Amino acid sequence: MDAAAPRPKENQGEPLPRVDARLKVTGQAHYPADLPTANIAYGALATSSIAKGKVTKLRLDDARAVPGLLDIVTYGDMDKVDKPKFGNTGATSIGPLHDRTIFHDGQIIALAVAETFEAAEEAAQLIRAEYDEEKPTATFDSPGTATIPAAGKSPLFKEDVKAGDFDAAYADAAVKIDQRYSTPTQHHNPIELFSTTAFWEGEQLTVHEPSQNVTGWKVELARQLKIDPGKVRIVSPFIGGAFGSKGPMTPRTAIVAVAAKRLGRPVRCVTSRMQAFGTQTYRAETRHHIRIGAGKDGRITAFAHEGWEVTSRPDAYVVGGTSATGRMYDYGSVLTHVSLVQADRNTPGYMRSPPETPYVYALENAMDEMAVALGMDPVEFRRINEPKAEPIGKKPFSSRSLTQCYDQAADAFGWVRRDPKVGAMRDGDWLVGMGCATAIYPTAVAPCAARVRLTVDGDVRLQCGSHEIGTGVRTVAGQMASERLGVSIERISVEMGDSSLPPAPVSGGSISTASVCSAVLKACDAIRAKLFAAASAEGGPLAGSHNEEFELAGGKIVANSGASAKVEDVLKAMQVGAIEEYAEFAPKGATPEALKKLYAGTPEFHGGDQDEDSVKYAFGAEFVEVRINRYTREIRVPRIVGAFAAGRIMNTRTARSQLMGGMIWGIGQALHEATEVDRRYARYVNRDLQDYLVPVNADIKDLQVILVPEVDHAVNPAGVKGLGELGNVGTAAAVANAVYHATGTRIRDLPIRIEQLLV
Amino acid sequence: MRPFVYEQPADISAAVAIASRFATNDDQPTRANAQFIAGGTNLADYMKLGVAEPNRLLDLNRLKESGLRQIRVTDDGIRFGALVRMGEAADHREVEERYPVIADSLRLAASGQIRNMASLAGNILQRTRCEYFRETSWACNKRMPGSGCAAMLGFNRQHAVLGASEACIATYHGDFAQALIALDAVVHAEGSRGARRIPFAKLHRRPGDTPHIETDLAADEIITAIEVPALPWGRRSLYLKIRDRESYAFALASAAVALDLDGETVREARIALGGVATVPWRASTAEQSLQGKKLDETSAEAAADAAFAEAQPRQRNAFKVELGKRTLVRALLETRDMKV
Ligand SMILES: Cc1cc2nc3c(=O)[nH]c(=O)nc-3n(C[C@H](O)[C@H](O)[C@H](O)COP(=O)(O)OP(=O)(O)OC[C@H]3O[C@@H](n4cnc5c(N)ncnc54)[C@H](O)[C@@H]3O)c2cc1C
Ligand code: SF4
Repeated sequence: MDAAAPRPKENQGEPLPRVDARLKVTGQAHYPADLPTANIAYGALATSSIAKGKVTKLRLDDARAVPGLLDIVTYGDMDKVDKPKFGNTGATSIGPLHDRTIFHDGQIIALAVAETFEAAEEAAQLIRAEYDEEKPTATFDSPGTATIPAAGKSPLFKEDVKAGDFDAAYADAAVKIDQRYSTPTQHHNPIELFSTTAFWEGEQLTVHEPSQNVTGWKVELARQLKIDPGKVRIVSPFIGGAFGSKGPMTPRTAIVAVAAKRLGRPVRCVTSRMQAFGTQTYRAETRHHIRIGAGKDGRITAFAHEGWEVTSRPDAYVVGGTSATGRMYDYGSVLTHVSLVQADRNTPGYMRSPPETPYVYALENAMDEMAVALGMDPVEFRRINEPKAEPIGKKPFSSRSLTQCYDQAADAFGWVRRDPKVGAMRDGDWLVGMGCATAIYPTAVAPCAARVRLTVDGDVRLQCGSHEIGTGVRTVAGQMASERLGVSIERISVEMGDSSLPPAPVSGGSISTASVCSAVLKACDAIRAKLFAAASAEGGPLAGSHNEEFELAGGKIVANSGASAKVEDVLKAMQVGAIEEYAEFAPKGATPEALKKLYAGTPEFHGGDQDEDSVKYAFGAEFVEVRINRYTREIRVPRIVGAFAAGRIMNTRTARSQLMGGMIWGIGQALHEATEVDRRYARYVNRDLQDYLVPVNADIKDLQVILVPEVDHAVNPAGVKGLGELGNVGTAAAVANAVYHATGTRIRDLPIRIEQLLV
Repeated sequence: MRPFVYEQPADISAAVAIASRFATNDDQPTRANAQFIAGGTNLADYMKLGVAEPNRLLDLNRLKESGLRQIRVTDDGIRFGALVRMGEAADHREVEERYPVIADSLRLAASGQIRNMASLAGNILQRTRCEYFRETSWACNKRMPGSGCAAMLGFNRQHAVLGASEACIATYHGDFAQALIALDAVVHAEGSRGARRIPFAKLHRRPGDTPHIETDLAADEIITAIEVPALPWGRRSLYLKIRDRESYAFALASAAVALDLDGETVREARIALGGVATVPWRASTAEQSLQGKKLDETSAEAAADAAFAEAQPRQRNAFKVELGKRTLVRALLETRDMKV
């Protein structure tokens, strides 16, 4: 088997190719901006060139003179609709056209609509704003920031976790470190640009837009437009990269819907790469202060993690990764505090492992420093501090295979060949360094609905309003149905990405496989129950075998006695052409409101650190080799190995692909990704892929993903832990630790760049 | 993007005639109404961004003169037609054999796809990637003369430490040009005032007070060829490019080096520096400092110091002085150690 399709081990599913692979590689997959729509008009945004102030005047004459211009939607035109709300479905509370106040750089000031894309763009570029400009606050340390505690500002971040007496333990510790770390502003930059296409058929509104949350958007868009959610449909069959950026709806959606209504014609607006930096969400910069104290034996006795995160003025977006870092190891005592720092910036939002990426980066860099301070092998140091229960609430982990991950990854990587002495490993003019770090991601699950139909011809139709953001969820959902119904995957059609389908939760927090598969499992089991009952009923083909167990395979019901009957014959006996089941899955611990909230687009998350019985996390260990030129100090990553344990793996191919993508992203976070903020103007400077670098295929050499077998029935009925966001946690720290090993220079501020190593 | 007229002139004189009809005397090529387009990888990008606003594009790809598309190797050197694609020149066997520095500079530039599209003349005329130049809402003296320079006190990590002025510190990002200036190349141009040869070192202009004037070319002048004179010791040459991302990225610092050695002693050195200067940059003082010396780490470092003696670092690009020096030292030593 090739590397892309790892042989399944215990509790791991077959590496079936993606059901939509051929469509994607042949260009037949239709992304929202490709969906054909007749008589379309094109919209282009005009955005602000200042970060703070008021628009005093908009000059539209030049724009209006552009041949083919149809309309300009701007101030006053959105008054009849409600402002956006900030939360899980809404990216920001700023209604850019509701109010002439400018809150951030690149804020929408108008939408020009024209007969052609080119004319719309030209008109948008000709819209000139006059401002009453104020001095904006850009980021940390800029004059004018306001710092507030994060706890309680988000339903997902209720408190600053703590345990024991940190101060006393730290004071007594024999070995300690006290360091500060930072991560930069980052934008998701999915290759598929952001877009909205809206059209009205009478009172019915359809929106084609890449979305990770079609149900949530339907409800939120209906609220803004003051219409019945039943009259709104969001369609998003394929998504060309999301990473959280297409999770919350941005104000553009309602603006384009209003434009389409005014014109009585479909309107499509594709945001330019540059405009996306200001009109979408992003990962804001963070700062960290970490103190760790330990005994000479390497056992940690004290851990403190303080974090600071930039957010916008109006919206308190909380990252809050201390819930994870505070539970990572057996610390003895824990003290954490997270603060929000408000500046004149657009509202940040979810970006692949939002809390873990920055916070675990800081922790795992600090762990390496601590291992150095202790003179201990970094793997051994982590092993010594493996907890029996998490240190905050003393709950057990539902499963935790971190040690196995370290063992297998270290082995594959050849960690024993590492000379622990800094700067000791060389290859000609290249300094060689090796580093490692832990990956962790909370295992959550949410309510989800699915409809499954099995026909007399042996075909299966599976419908679920989840989203194919590239993870392979269509494939694994089909695989679950295939397994439970004994039907080959070719006979199964999977429909997703449409708010008219049974609702699924937002495709965020790595919950999709667990939630969707649990709902599909439930629907399939209901079909099985009907089939088995009918087969064994009096007069049925397997009459008299009530007490037997049945299985479905190859289009047959097979009793454990060996007797079997064709599914087709059972359906005929039932006098039906198909069995269809609509299942609603609610996780253990769900509130009575849980399903109602699913339909309202605000699903409850369970699992992670929220459950009573245990805490639920997936873990991994990553090992990185770096090479740094002796003279010019450029950094290369020739080798990376990650081992991950995440409960049941539905499909080893798609799982590996997710983890691989995550690790590559992690390398990018370590070495490249940073949005530069011009502090004078609070404006983004490098707003395109020329200057916002990410690794491309040619940058990645030897990458290995190991899927460590793990069984966990406590997490959800499917036994699945999400792993879409696991792979890029810890990677940047592993790189930083390897850079230290190669050079003796400890880099604490990401990204690691040549200038930091030219000392 | 603004609407424009698109024309495909049949030959050089037709192209010159149209260009000259739509140009006024003091028009800069980059500000003229009618502009030439070859691969379009630079110009079309800037048109979409509203940075370049020609209302007439003269596509050079249909010009009938076949020399425009040829690489000719003679005893006198190599002559590259202006429309030769970067990829063709990079993969040309004799170019690789005679002047590794040229092949390297092209191979390490851009990506395979872009190299298949981009022409050599377009490459040497590519405009800066200064972030504040690329986006029209910023003050930029090069794009809008007299508006100021947002990069000067802004995010200037990519910017130049050599050849800058108080008006502009934008880097010249091309790689090929460094090899050309080191090898004393000559550019052939044809315009309404006739044909002429421009020494490569005279083609680009430092920003001075007029950063919007980028080259010595008139708006109706077409580059027809680039000629690299024969250099018997050109085989001992290389291009070293240091960048943030290994696969493809513009240079943070680069060095084009060719050495004529007598044992370990330098008879003659050719050195050009990329990623650090506002124009293609010949490091003559560094060349002189090496002449007659044994090439070792010490003399290489002395040459590097000489090359950057006049450097003017800004807040975010100060590291380029040190990086530029180390790049040159490494390039000199690697060139010395080449097996030719
Ligand atoms: C993503 C990306 C990465 C890149 N990386 C690199 C890199 O690492 N190193 C590097 O060196 N370059 C790099 N480039 C730049 C690239 O090499 C240039 O865009 C390209 O060489 C321009 O050639 P072209 O034929 O496409 O020029 P065009 O875009 O057609 O023209 C560029 C300019 O030259 C003028 N022009 C073209 N031909 C003539 C002629 N015969 N006579 C007179 N004027 C002419 C045009 O009017 C225009 O002003 C990169 C570009 C991109 C998009
Ligand atoms: S450096 Fe030059 S190109 Fe960049 S903003 Fe300043 S004037 Fe413009």
